[in-house]
Amino acid sequence: MFELLGVPPQALFGQLFLGLINGAFYALLSLGLAVIFGMLNVINFAHGAQYMMGAFGAWVLLKYLGIPYWGALVIVPVVVGALGVVLERLLLSRLYHLDHLYGLLLTFGLAIIFEGIARYAFGASGVSYENPIPGGVNLGFMFLPWYRAWVIVFSLAVCLGTWLMIEKTKLGSYLRAAVERPDLVQAMGINVPLMITLTYGFGVALAALAGVLAAPVYSVTPKIGAEIIIVVFAVVVIGGMGSILGSVVTGFGLGMVEGLTKVFYPEASNIVIFVIMAIVLITRPAGLFGTAK
Amino acid sequence: MKSREVLIGLLILAGLLVAPTAIYPVFLMKVLCFALFACAFNLLIGYVGLLSFGHAMFFGFAAYIAGHAIKVLGWPTELGLAAATATAALMGLAVGLIAIRRQGIYFAMVTLALSQMVFFFCLQSKFTGGEDGIQAIPRRPVFGVIDIQNDITLYYFVLAIFVAGFLLIYRTIHSPFGQVLKAIRENEPRAISLGYRIDHYKLLAFVLSAGLAGLAGATKVLVFQLASLTDVQWQMSGEVVLMTLVGGMGTVLGPVVGAAVIISMQNYLKGLGEWVLVIQGLIFVITVLVFRRGVVGEIWAAMTRRKPESGPPA
Repeated sequence: MFELLGVPPQALFGQLFLGLINGAFYALLSLGLAVIFGMLNVINFAHGAQYMMGAFGAWVLLKYLGIPYWGALVIVPVVVGALGVVLERLLLSRLYHLDHLYGLLLTFGLAIIFEGIARYAFGASGVSYENPIPGGVNLGFMFLPWYRAWVIVFSLAVCLGTWLMIEKTKLGSYLRAAVERPDLVQAMGINVPLMITLTYGFGVALAALAGVLAAPVYSVTPKIGAEIIIVVFAVVVIGGMGSILGSVVTGFGLGMVEGLTKVFYPEASNIVIFVIMAIVLITRPAGLFGTAK
Repeated sequence: MKSREVLIGLLILAGLLVAPTAIYPVFLMKVLCFALFACAFNLLIGYVGLLSFGHAMFFGFAAYIAGHAIKVLGWPTELGLAAATATAALMGLAVGLIAIRRQGIYFAMVTLALSQMVFFFCLQSKFTGGEDGIQAIPRRPVFGVIDIQNDITLYYFVLAIFVAGFLLIYRTIHSPFGQVLKAIRENEPRAISLGYRIDHYKLLAFVLSAGLAGLAGATKVLVFQLASLTDVQWQMSGEVVLMTLVGGMGTVLGPVVGAAVIISMQNYLKGLGEWVLVIQGLIFVITVLVFRRGVVGEIWAAMTRRKPESGPPA
C-alpha cells in the first residue's frame, strides 16, 4: 500500500470526500442565506432550524406515512417553504422598516422555538434515517458510496440551477432589480412584497432540501440546526454574500479544507473554519468574494 | 433628573441589602451575576450599537480561569477573580480586533463564530475537565479574612462586585467617552468625519465589556463552585441577549431587570423541561415584535410621554 504525505490514500480520499459532502451542505445553506439576505436584508438565524426540520420531515414522512426518500425530497421543501412564507407574512414583514438586527433577533427566537419543539417531539438523542441508495463502487483508491455521490451531484445541480435562475432568466432579472431599487421595480407594476415573500419561501425550501439530503448521512438530532448554522455563518463571512457563485465555491472549498484537517490534525477540525474566518477578516475584511462596503 | 436617578439607585441598593432576609441568597447571587453580565453586554448593544452574539466566551472562559486558578493552582479568591477578568479582557482585545472590522449583522455572526471556536477549545482541552467541568471549587476567604463559606456573607461580597461593575459602566456611559460611543451608534460616518478614531473607541468598549462579562462569570464560580460547558455555549450568548432585550436595550437598569425576570422565569419553569426553550423563544419573538423598548424602556417612555402634558406649556 503506498502512502500520500504519510497518510494512506483510503483515509485521505475518504475524508476529502466526506469534506465535499459537508461542503455541499454549507453551499446549499449559505446560498439560501445569501438569497434571503439579498432580498430581505435579514440574516435568517432560523436557517439551521429549518434544515433540521427538513431532516425530521423526511423521517416523519417515511415513518408515519410510508412516503419514501424520493417523495420526501419534493414534499418536505414545499411544506417547510410554505411554513416560511407564513412566517414571513405574519412576523418578518413587520420588521423591514427597523434595524437589520431585529430580523436576526426574531429569527433567533424562532430557531430556539423550533429546536425546543423538536426536542419535545423527537427527544434530544434524535432518530436515524435509512440510506435510500445503499452500496457503492470501489474506485481503487477509495470506496465511493452511491448515496454520497448522489448528494454531491444533486446539490451541485441545485446550486447551478439557482444561479442560472437568478442570472439568466426574466424572473431573476426582476429579482436582481428589486434588490437594487425595490421602489423603482414596484413603480413598474411588479409586486415586490410578493417577490420578497416568495424569496424567503425559496431560501427556506433550500434549507429544508439540504436537511432531507443530510438525513441519511448524519444522525438526525434537534441540535444539528444550531451546530451547522454557526459554521455556515463563518462560511458566509469568509465568502461574502455578494455573489451566488462565491458562496457555492466557498462552501465546497471549506468543506474540503475541513476534511483535510481531519486527516492531518483532527483536533483542529472543529475550529479550522473559524480560524480561516479570523484570517480572512484580518487580511480581507469584506470577504473573499465580497465587495468593500 | 439626575437626583431622581440617584434616588432610584439608592432605593434599589437598599432593597438589595435587605433582600437576603426574604429571598434565597443563592438565587439572588445568580441574578446579580447575570445582571452584571447583561450590563456588560448592554454597554455594546445599547451604547455602541454592536450586537455581540458571542459574549458567552468571555463569561464562560473566565469561569474556567477562575476555577482553575482557585482550585488547581490554589490561588486566593481575589487573585483568581482578577486573573479571570484580565484574561477575559485580553480575549476581548483579540476578538475585538477581528470583529470590529465588520458592522451590523456581520459583527454578530463573527462574534458567534469566534465564541463557537472558544467552545470547542474548552470542550477539547484538558484543564477545563471536558464534559465534567471543574467541580467543587473551594470558597477561600477573601483577602484572607472575609469568610465566604456562608451564603449570606458571600452574597454581600457578590453584591459589592456587582455594584462596583455597575458603577463603572454607569460612569463610562456618562463620560465624554460614552458620549462618543453614542455618537458612533447614532451615526458612524458622521463620527468618523468629526475626526474620532472610531475603531479605538469600539475596541476599548469591547475590551471593557468583555472584562466585565468575565468578572461576572468568575463571580458565578464562587457561588456555584462549578465551571462548566454550559457557560461557554452559544445558548448562553442567546440568554444574555434575551435578558437585555426584555429589560430594555440602551437603558441603565434594563439589563438588571431583564436578568431578574429571565432567571426567575427559569426558576419557576424548571419542571417544564424542553418547554423552557420554547418559552424563551416566544419571549424573543414577542419582545421583538411588540415590545422592542423592553420593560424599563417602556416605563421610561410612558413617563416622558406624560411629562409635557403636566408641565407648563412651552
